[in-house]
Amino acid sequence: MSFVKLSASALAIAAVSATAAAARDQIQIAGSSTVLPYAAIVAEAFGENFDFPTPVVESGGSGAGRKKLCEGVGENTIDIANSSSRIKQSDIDLCASNGVTEIQEVRIGYDGIVFASDINGATFAFTPADWYNALAAKVVKDGVLVDNMNKTWKDVNPDLPDQDILAFIPGTKHGTREVFDEKVIHAGCEATGAEELYKAAGDEKAKGCNALRTDGASIDIDGDYTETLARIDANKNGIGVFGLSFYQNNTDKLVVATMDGVVPSVETIASGEYPVSRPLYFYVKNAHLGVIPGLQEYIEFFVSDEIAGPDGPLSEYGLVSDPELAATQEAVANRTPMGPLN
Amino acid sequence: MTDATANSTGGTPGRNAGSLFDKDPRTRKRNAAETRFRMMGLAAVIFGVLCLVGLLGSIISNGVSAFSQTFIIVDVFLDPAKLDKDGDRDPDKIAKVTTFGYAPLIATAMEQAMEQANISIEGLGKKDAAELVSKEAPAQLRNYVLNNIDEIGETVRFKVLASGRIDGYYKGRVTMASAELDRNVSPAQLQLADQLKAAGLLSTGFNWQFFTAPDASDTRPEAAGLGVAILGSLYMMIIVLVLALPLGVAASVYLEEFAPQNWLTDAIEVNIANLAAVPSIVFGILGLAIFINMAGLPQSAPIVGGLVLTLMTLPTIIIATRAALKAVPPSIRDAALGVGASKMQSVFHHVLPLAAPGILTGTIIGLAQALGETAPLLLIGMVAFVREFPDGPPDGFFDPASALPVQVYNWTQRGDPAFVERASGAIIVLLIFLVCMNALAIVLRRRFERRW
Repeated sequence: MSFVKLSASALAIAAVSATAAAARDQIQIAGSSTVLPYAAIVAEAFGENFDFPTPVVESGGSGAGRKKLCEGVGENTIDIANSSSRIKQSDIDLCASNGVTEIQEVRIGYDGIVFASDINGATFAFTPADWYNALAAKVVKDGVLVDNMNKTWKDVNPDLPDQDILAFIPGTKHGTREVFDEKVIHAGCEATGAEELYKAAGDEKAKGCNALRTDGASIDIDGDYTETLARIDANKNGIGVFGLSFYQNNTDKLVVATMDGVVPSVETIASGEYPVSRPLYFYVKNAHLGVIPGLQEYIEFFVSDEIAGPDGPLSEYGLVSDPELAATQEAVANRTPMGPLN
Repeated sequence: MTDATANSTGGTPGRNAGSLFDKDPRTRKRNAAETRFRMMGLAAVIFGVLCLVGLLGSIISNGVSAFSQTFIIVDVFLDPAKLDKDGDRDPDKIAKVTTFGYAPLIATAMEQAMEQANISIEGLGKKDAAELVSKEAPAQLRNYVLNNIDEIGETVRFKVLASGRIDGYYKGRVTMASAELDRNVSPAQLQLADQLKAAGLLSTGFNWQFFTAPDASDTRPEAAGLGVAILGSLYMMIIVLVLALPLGVAASVYLEEFAPQNWLTDAIEVNIANLAAVPSIVFGILGLAIFINMAGLPQSAPIVGGLVLTLMTLPTIIIATRAALKAVPPSIRDAALGVGASKMQSVFHHVLPLAAPGILTGTIIGLAQALGETAPLLLIGMVAFVREFPDGPPDGFFDPASALPVQVYNWTQRGDPAFVERASGAIIVLLIFLVCMNALAIVLRRRFERRW
């Protein structure tokens, strides 16, 4: 008999749990794994210094985060989506169709993308053209596009060390890859004149530029930077693509390469000298402001000078502070929703 | 004699040829095949054991250091000029001083500690000395001050965490040579740490906080602990046990003892066997669609995780329970029915108690499997940075929490190398839990199982 009672109570619990959607008192954030460490730092400090609970920060990728944000309005949807790339029109449309009309765009700063290799190996001074000639499927030779036959970095550029080409680049699901494609490969495509040839051959947007060789010289890493680091550890010839903050945490294992002669650092990225960087954002659902306790305070805290400013903990961890932070602070205080994408 | 010679000299080996100790070619071939098979089997076992030893060895060598932690003792002067500018000890005003306001107090305290211990190291500024202390320390101070407001103006002795790199120095992860290249620590700071240790202000002890503290952000790996993860996993296991055990047992008792044998029960049987083989991520998708989107349950909550894991564990429990029920000899049922028991009485008074050890074993193994599961939790928002402890049950079931395997996954993705050690430490904790559960299952089986 007790068994019957037990099953009955179990079913009762299940029924209760299915109906009781408890009121939420903590902020829910999801999105980019690049923004995650910064968001975690802010969440931690927020929980310590305010009477609100520490926000919950989920990772899962920029696109997934924005999609979650756009699922609708209500306590079982997230409040903030972290994103390492700008929101897309398709996201905005999805949001609108689910009743999420007012979204605030907050740019928190810039993230540098660096090229680094094993600390005991050679040092490199790259240009985007070197990377294009090393990794592209087709390169320019005597004015025509031919299959890439370069074996070593010396083949690419006589100034570079005589070391086999082996690059660990972020997989296509990463936001970092977009920046790599655009700021390095595409820039190199343009610089070597390959873009012209593609266009002349009828490829209007020079899409061929982004085709990378598939003979094992370039390896996509779908995991995190920790995986790239482990690969370099196992294969000392490899050169990996990292976020600036990751590199700064592992300067005893990695040596960084210059790009166009500029050493990546918070300063050179802020000044725009170092070319490979991108803005980081988070997107706030305005309908949740005033409903979820502490949400407004959290965003204001995030963009305040003592957090996101040049001397704040985010900058110390590797985020490049936004020179237009004051404008962002004002927009956040006024809860200005973002306009249409331009 | 002549027969024997005739046989042994014959072209083909005879049936009763020679001594048993003389092996004919066929026997030799068979024996060789057997030896080969034995060697292959042994090789497979050795390979498996070596893999296990390698895995455990690497986890333990990486992770065992997570259980010790370096602490620094500092005497902090709780400066009223900084903490309570108006001097009226108003808790609300004192609460306005953020952790950023407390950091300078620690820097001053470190400077004084160096003066008192007569430590002077070339090229070491005040800021560098303060970096020896974890960024968690200002929060610790602030909490203390808010709880003991009347101690403002006094000097209080605190035992604070040393920063991750200093901690790593005493665990062999950071060396003078690596500090030379490391942006986050300098050899001068390590020298200071050594001198503080000589002065008795720096010590290494067992890391209880690893079990009790919540997760911490990337800038303070030394403060990161498993508290929320252990609690979250515990809550989920409670939910799984409470839901899956009665449901699973009820389903299998019905299927085994009461259900008529027809195509419907056959179909159910096949589907349960199939469900046990469904990849766990599928249950996560189901959980997201049904429990979060349709039922409106909160994200990242142990209740959803527990429900999803219940679905995942149910087939395992049903299969184990049915096997246990089948193992009870029919004579027991017949005897019970023979003396006039009803079908239900025979099941509940005789069959179920006899099958209980098998059911419990299956349940514990199912729970152990659920404890180590990460994939379904990925989709229901439990793979997250959670610092706030959930409330006590049952309210706490609806609060955000983490889980042990999720914490391992999270830590392996962090940039600071100190998290590698933490992740391996978390794996050790998880393995200990699993070994305990499996041991319990074995003990139960050994003690209570009856064989017929």
